[in-house]
Amino acid sequence: MNKQVKVDVRWNESGIEIKPLYTADDVAASRIDEPGISDGVGLPGEYPFTRGIHDLMYRKRPWTMRQYTGFGNAEDTNARFKYLIETGNTGLNVAFDLPTQCGLDSDDPMAAGEVGRVGMAIDTLKDMEIAFDGIDIENVTVSLTINGSAAIMIAMYLAVAEKRGFDLKNLRGTCQNDILKEYVGRGTWIYPVDASVRLVADTMEYCAREAPLYSPVSVCGYHIRESGATPVEEMAYGFCIARAYFDEVLKRGLDIDEFAYRMSFNFNIFGQLFEQICKFRAGRRLWAKIVRHEYSAKNPKSMWLRMIAGGGGSGLTIEQPENNIVRGAYYALISALSGAQTVALCCYDEAYTIPSEKAQRISTRTMQILIEEMGLTDTVDPLAGSHYVETLTNQMEAEMVRVMEEVDAEGGILKLISEGKIQARVSKRAHEHQKRLEDGSFRKVGVNCFETGQEDHAVEMHPYKREDADKQVARLQAVKTERDNDAVTAALASLRQAAEGSDNMMPAIMGAVKAYASVGEINAVLTDVFGKYNEPVMF
Amino acid sequence: MSGNKKIKVLIAKPGLDGHDVGGKVVARALVEAGFEVIYTGLRKSPEEIALAARDNDVDVIGLSILSGSHIPLCSALKSQLEKYQLTNKVWVIGGNIPKEDHASLLELGIEGVFNTGAKLDEIVAFIREKTGE
Repeated sequence: MNKQVKVDVRWNESGIEIKPLYTADDVAASRIDEPGISDGVGLPGEYPFTRGIHDLMYRKRPWTMRQYTGFGNAEDTNARFKYLIETGNTGLNVAFDLPTQCGLDSDDPMAAGEVGRVGMAIDTLKDMEIAFDGIDIENVTVSLTINGSAAIMIAMYLAVAEKRGFDLKNLRGTCQNDILKEYVGRGTWIYPVDASVRLVADTMEYCAREAPLYSPVSVCGYHIRESGATPVEEMAYGFCIARAYFDEVLKRGLDIDEFAYRMSFNFNIFGQLFEQICKFRAGRRLWAKIVRHEYSAKNPKSMWLRMIAGGGGSGLTIEQPENNIVRGAYYALISALSGAQTVALCCYDEAYTIPSEKAQRISTRTMQILIEEMGLTDTVDPLAGSHYVETLTNQMEAEMVRVMEEVDAEGGILKLISEGKIQARVSKRAHEHQKRLEDGSFRKVGVNCFETGQEDHAVEMHPYKREDADKQVARLQAVKTERDNDAVTAALASLRQAAEGSDNMMPAIMGAVKAYASVGEINAVLTDVFGKYNEPVMF
Repeated sequence: MSGNKKIKVLIAKPGLDGHDVGGKVVARALVEAGFEVIYTGLRKSPEEIALAARDNDVDVIGLSILSGSHIPLCSALKSQLEKYQLTNKVWVIGGNIPKEDHASLLELGIEGVFNTGAKLDEIVAFIREKTGE
């Protein structure tokens, strides 16, 4: 390199300085030693899984394509599910409306104007039956994006599977059910922190025993990143949260290898390409080390960072929305180069509206082009051995460790989230980012550079149909008339007893949903016992 | 408005929408610009928001809504503002607000609509102008 040329100093979003050139010396200097792993990296399918959790990765099976969808009522959503399956999606990722997410029935006064708006409305098991009618849930794996009322939705999903004759022992699928991140971002919490974590642990314990292939929790660094955190913080906070759930389940007397292998993760993919790829490689390795060393797991599957890498919502722009199609393609490339098990892409119109069928199809085709035309499934972890990639992987891991140690030193993630401290930290970052966006020091095409002056484009808006909400309320009322109300009363009384004591609440929740108790009725019992979360109001 | 009294702004999250990044970023920007900011936290009913505006004697009510429920929520808030005689407050809204809804919101009495992508300086300048600071 010409020594006369002064090179500007650059950092990635996680605050790591990026040099113009990397050599083997950088890899050696940044290496994190691990007993038995001569290069610190290892092979795919082998501990510490830097290069992937499976030996053949996409050569054996491409990633699952699972676009996020749901709106209106169960019939509307069922039709869109079928459309997505027809276009080649191999999984479903369900969006629920806000009343469902907050544990309210569609006829609750707080639900006014919100029923079926941002996702599908579910009041009783009846709705869940309609939503999955005609869908082969044995082969199309379903992910339920729900948190505050996740225990109820898992119970409904398992009940639907049972009713359709599936053996729960073979049922696969995932629920988001990461309440701790809801306090940091996204905000669909209901109960206080302790009671919420108990509920999450109840679902983990219950599934470990009754539905051992089902993943009841998908820890979401995703929304923490969307709320303003750096990529390193996204992973570090996510891992702290996953440890908090593990610790709670271990208190029940389960062995780590009885449940850790079903833990799933959800991470974001917007940002710089190499930083993102190295984030995933580093995260996979660090998580394996944590589960092996801190939790003494023996089963290698317990150490897997199984993940959906997707979305990228905060990377998309409302300005020049067609540019989001291009961004989506790069984000899908990041996921493919990162060894994600499942990929979902935000659609180009998503900054405006619930995605159109066309936008959903373009996102699916984006992934199919990578698989069918670009050779992305031919070779495992193709960037391994790059001086830059291995150095940055090491540096990202070291930074994640540093942030996790900071959290532990300050009293742990439960304490920091309860006090609103993680929230304040993340919100400060979001403000700093916005200022950098506005002063132009963070470049965003179409936003602060290469503007055309006509940034608003006509995007076809998803229609909100008031009749759907009315129909939903009518169905809830009909179910309440037709069901055996004595059975509902008895089931809710059992739930109250479990909640007031220390029993696992899932059997009672299963009983209540099978009796067609509504989301609002079940939530009313739990709120009565646990109270509501008292949000630390700060910004 | 003049003298040493700071302009008070209420940043409120009506309805069930939990996306609070934007509201909090605007709150921080307003504090940096010298305003006093009261933030309601999530999931407030229109009546709770009207009462917070009254009890804190704010000059400006800023709503943040990204769920698409802005028309029903703002219509409900309008009734509450009338009930508590708060229609003299400067009322602004930010979030995912489609262009075709702007006119309806202005008709309800909202003075400024700031869509996703609005600049913090724009919002600060607008509130300064409306409050005559």
